[in-house]
Order: sequence, then structure tokens, then C-alpha cells
Amino acid sequence: MIEEKFFKHPSFFPKTKPDKSHPIKLYLFAWLALFILSAMSYYVDYINLEGLIRWFLITILALMKAGLIVSVFMHLAWERVALIFTILLPPIFLILMLAIFANEGNAINVIRTTFN
Amino acid sequence: MNDLVKDWSSDVSTFKIRWSKAMMWIFLISDTFIFGTFLISYMAIRLTVVDSWPDTSQVFALHIGGTEVPLLLIAIMTFILISSSGTMAIAVNAANKKDKKKSGLFMLLTIIGGIAFVSMQAFEWTKLIIDEGIRPWGNDFGSQQFGSFFFMITGFHGLHVLIGVIYLSIVSKRLLAGRYERIDDYQIVEVAGLYWHFVDLVWVFIFAFFYLW
Repeated sequence: MIEEKFFKHPSFFPKTKPDKSHPIKLYLFAWLALFILSAMSYYVDYINLEGLIRWFLITILALMKAGLIVSVFMHLAWERVALIFTILLPPIFLILMLAIFANEGNAINVIRTTFN
Repeated sequence: MNDLVKDWSSDVSTFKIRWSKAMMWIFLISDTFIFGTFLISYMAIRLTVVDSWPDTSQVFALHIGGTEVPLLLIAIMTFILISSSGTMAIAVNAANKKDKKKSGLFMLLTIIGGIAFVSMQAFEWTKLIIDEGIRPWGNDFGSQQFGSFFFMITGFHGLHVLIGVIYLSIVSKRLLAGRYERIDDYQIVEVAGLYWHFVDLVWVFIFAFFYLW
């Protein structure tokens, strides 16, 4: 079968370490942690926290959840450094874009409130 | 760090993974930028508007037994999507151990979670459009731009979930039919899993920045 030969050709996985199989426990733990973190961020809304503490908690909880999903569920924590950098470095541009548009948005808001 | 230099320098292929997985990662990076620009443009417009942004815990509240529970449906959707991500992780784990039956079963659970999520989103949209009169060009709760961002961002995410359900259905069908057993290669399950976890990942940010902020 040509397909089989194709898939098994060594050039497709040269010198990889054998795929480490993780115990189910790890995934269940990540799952539970995601549940708790989601419940916490929902609770932030439920008890009506306002202002800086609300934004801080929401962002931190979201980043923690994102980290868990990417590192454990998507297995990025066990990939080679070259792949990790390729995946995690480009989104830095999003932070740059965020900064630019936050500045721009604020400027427009100031103009609108001044000349409304 | 030593690994990084070795992988990029010597005259060999850089990524020591299969092309299918590498391509899925590249696709997911580009999708990150799509959703990233959506959320950033939402932030930029929300900063510019002078009238107040609609209070999401009021807009998305559910009436249950006469009391108003803020964001209840969204919380349930979040838990369903996280759970489906968890079952997908177990399915991938089972596929790595070449356990066809267990992997297929957990993929079917994931598909059920995805269908439940999309159905609840359809319910949410119906409620918002028909009962509360939210339109892309206006609404009664506050800033007029709210509707266009809501339908754009959640609609695009819902489309991703729907495509994911179709994708997982095809993969699980092939898995259970024994196709991957025949070639002794279960990599596709892992690649499909990457896509599904990404959909969950995007929802984390939508939940935080659109619904809770």
C-alpha cells in the first residue's frame, strides 16, 4: 500500500523522541482547574466587582485558562522549543496592535466628548 | 535553547513533527490573528463611543422562576465547551495509545458537546434578535455598535464550532471504520484535537472580554 509507505517514511519524523503518553489524571486535573477558573471569572461578574480589580481579575483568569489549554490540552508544553517559539512569538504583534488601537480609541473618544 | 539553535541551524527540516500537525499549527496562528483583530477592533470602537456600552449581564440575563440570573446561559455554554475540550483531550490520549474504541467514544462525546454549544448559541441569538430587538445597526440598551460586534464575533466563533463538529464527525467516522487502524497512524485525531482546543481557547477570550468586561 503506497499510503502506508508514505506515512512511515522516516523523513516525516526524524529523530523524534517517542511520544510520551500522559496519564489521564493530568487531563482531568486540567479540566477541573479550567472549571474552577471559569467559575471564578463568572463569580467576578456575579458579585458585581467594578473597576480595576474586575478588569485585572478577568484578564488574569482568562490568561491562566488560555495557558492551561495551550500547554496541557494542546500539548505545547511538551513540544520542541523551535515549535513553541514559532507559535508563541507572532501573537506578540497583537499586543503591539492592541497598544496602538487603545491609544487611537482614547484619542477619538477625547475628540468626541470635547466637540459633542 | 540549545535545541532551538540545533533545529534552526543544521541543514535539516526545522520542525520535528509531521506536516499535518505543523500545518494545523500554522492555520491556528493565522486564526489567532483573525480573532485577535476582531477583539482589538471591538476594543477600539468600544473606547471611541460616547454613549454607554450595553450592560452585558443585563442583556444576556435569563429569567428563571421570576428572578434574573445574569449570564447564566453563557456560563453553561462555557462549561459545555470546556468539557468538550476535556473529552477531546482524553480522545487524543486514547488515540496515542491506539485505543480505537475509547478514542471514538470520547470524540462522539465531544461532538455532542459541540452540537449542544451551537444549539444554545442559536437559542441565544434568537432571544436577542426577536425578544430584545438587537440588530447590527442598533439596540435599546446603549451604544449602537454593540450588535455588529456581538454578531460578528460570536457568529464567527459559532461557525468555527460548527466546522469543528463537521470535522470531528468525519474523523471519528473514519476512526471507527478502522481507517487509522489500517495504516497504524492516529495522528489525524491529534490534529483534529488541536483545532477543537483552539475553538475552546478563543471562547475563553470572547467570554472574558466580550461578555464579562
